[in-house]
Amino acid sequence: MTSHASTSTSPVRRGAPGWLGRTGYVGLGGAVLIALLFGFVFVKGGYLLTVMQLAMIYGVFCVGLNFFMGYTGQASFGQNAFAAIGGYGSAILCVEYGLPPVLALLVAMAIAGVAAVVVGWPTLRLRGHYLAMATFALGLITYDVSVQWESLTKGYMGYAGIPPLGIGPFEVEDERAKLVCLMVILVFGLWVSGRLRNSRFGRALRAISTSEPGAAALGIRIPYYKLAAFVIAALYASVAGSLFAHVVGFISPEVFGLQMVVVTFTMLYVGGIGTVLGPAIGAIVASLLPEIVRSTGRFQDIAYALLLLGLLVYAPKGLSALSGLGRPRAAEPKPGS
Amino acid sequence: MALLEVRRLTKRFAGLTANNSIDLDVPEGCLFAVIGPNGAGKTTFFNMISGFMPPTDGTIAFAGETITGLRQDRIAAKGLVRTFQLVQLFKGLTVAENVEVGFHLATRGGVAAALARPSWFRRQEADVHARARELLGFVGLAGVADQDAELLPYGQQRLLEVARALAAKPRLLLLDEPAAGLNAHETDALAEVVQELNRKGTTVLLIEHDMALVTRIAHRIAVLDFGCKIAEGTPDEIKRHPDVIAAYLGTEEAAHA
Ligand SMILES: Nc1ncnc2c1ncn2[C@@H]1O[C@H](COP(=O)(O)OP(=O)(O)OP(=O)(O)O)[C@@H](O)[C@H]1O
Ligand SMILES: [Mg+2]
Repeated sequence: MTSHASTSTSPVRRGAPGWLGRTGYVGLGGAVLIALLFGFVFVKGGYLLTVMQLAMIYGVFCVGLNFFMGYTGQASFGQNAFAAIGGYGSAILCVEYGLPPVLALLVAMAIAGVAAVVVGWPTLRLRGHYLAMATFALGLITYDVSVQWESLTKGYMGYAGIPPLGIGPFEVEDERAKLVCLMVILVFGLWVSGRLRNSRFGRALRAISTSEPGAAALGIRIPYYKLAAFVIAALYASVAGSLFAHVVGFISPEVFGLQMVVVTFTMLYVGGIGTVLGPAIGAIVASLLPEIVRSTGRFQDIAYALLLLGLLVYAPKGLSALSGLGRPRAAEPKPGS
Repeated sequence: MALLEVRRLTKRFAGLTANNSIDLDVPEGCLFAVIGPNGAGKTTFFNMISGFMPPTDGTIAFAGETITGLRQDRIAAKGLVRTFQLVQLFKGLTVAENVEVGFHLATRGGVAAALARPSWFRRQEADVHARARELLGFVGLAGVADQDAELLPYGQQRLLEVARALAAKPRLLLLDEPAAGLNAHETDALAEVVQELNRKGTTVLLIEHDMALVTRIAHRIAVLDFGCKIAEGTPDEIKRHPDVIAAYLGTEEAAHA
């Protein structure tokens, strides 16, 4: 533990700009690794392309969730509800109403945003466990609705025949092109996240995450900022849901079920909650891990769990903290103070 | 008309009267101290004035306007800013960022401005950045601006909380035991900062246990005991006041003797 502690604190000390010590190299190494990974996936093609596509979609979801859970420090177990709105919204609007995918995505986003305001306004006054429970209920209710409201959602059977993404006559049908498209969207989502984090708005969110009294005493309207973070997370979730619908072409209640909550939490913590890049890194790593442990055959679940546990023990601040890339929070008290 | 006018302020917790019909006037420009033994009701008094706790009874007027029952951030927006007995730093943020948060009220711009970064917003952010460093210089923390706030030693955390509150440009600054837990040297540094900002025009209402410190820097002192205001006056008057000596100084001096 002690030897590890010293390696994980050092990236935390923010060096002068341009400083490239060990932590800088770790970041650079990480970037090279990700570039190599994408190169490999593009050359190899096949199933790995699908894995990476889903990683990008989950990445979008997690970058959004990070606004609420990371920057603002609140718990939500129900953000999958907004992914369901995005997914079903896109599917229904495209298939039943013939809307072009991009327009459908935007309309679904607007619906998810309004839903988030309506749901968030009363619930965000709750604190801690109560807020968590309320959001959890929201996810369960949405799941039930998507199962029961068969005339709209086709229930358990799921919704098939959703057209691929595209603008006008151009449809993104090639698997590699889909991945590129998703990468661009994820990078845009990250850009938005980074830009907001380091601004007056982002500072207010991050202040709330560690001291609500402190933030309120400085004039920050806490309910407003919590709601804003919740709605932003919902918008990202909706986009992720829409993307899933278009890229896979099929959705069912299970896609947006409890599994999604578990998976995205894992990604958030593995990558580094509260950092800019962490959610995306976590989404990629947590999506690839099952593929890596697959070779262990019937022990793959155990191997996966052990790997995750190892990551959480040896990189408790997430993988992005190892590089200093995501400007992680510092942790250990200064020795001797 | 005083800047802060408190009338019959009362707070009852199931059976316990933490503040019993307190009247207090804090004139503009004053460095006013509230003292009293542990549990006298000082923090409760602050909590009500700053909107963190609704009073059971009584009124609070700030700059001629009733603020009783307003939400904390509304009160802060009117220029009444507080610090906390238990330091409330923003731990994931750097020292400089903590102060930058303090500029929240003095600045504007939300999601749209942060994304589009129009020139006024860029100027504002640069300005906030520079002024945060100035304030850190004022309290003597310029050297640690880029450190993580939670890595600061305790004495500096208290100074940071004061700098952060100053960023909000208070007309009235409430400081709840800012010198608690500080060593003699740090206490002097803090006292100097408080006197200096008061000279620059900020009215200060200060809770403090350290009698020597209070009598040295305060213009006027009110004494609470068991939820009641038992005395008010200049430091010299308070030092000589028989009730105060009995309730507070007496016990303390007896303990030191
Ligand atoms: N939220 C609360 N609920 C119930 N009782 C409370 C609450 N807050 C304070 N009290 C009680 O009110 C009394 C006054 O407390 P307060 O914190 O205002 O004292 P204080 O003068 O600030 O003391 P100290 O010098 O120890 O900070 C105490 O007896 C305390 O236990
Ligand atoms: Mg107190």
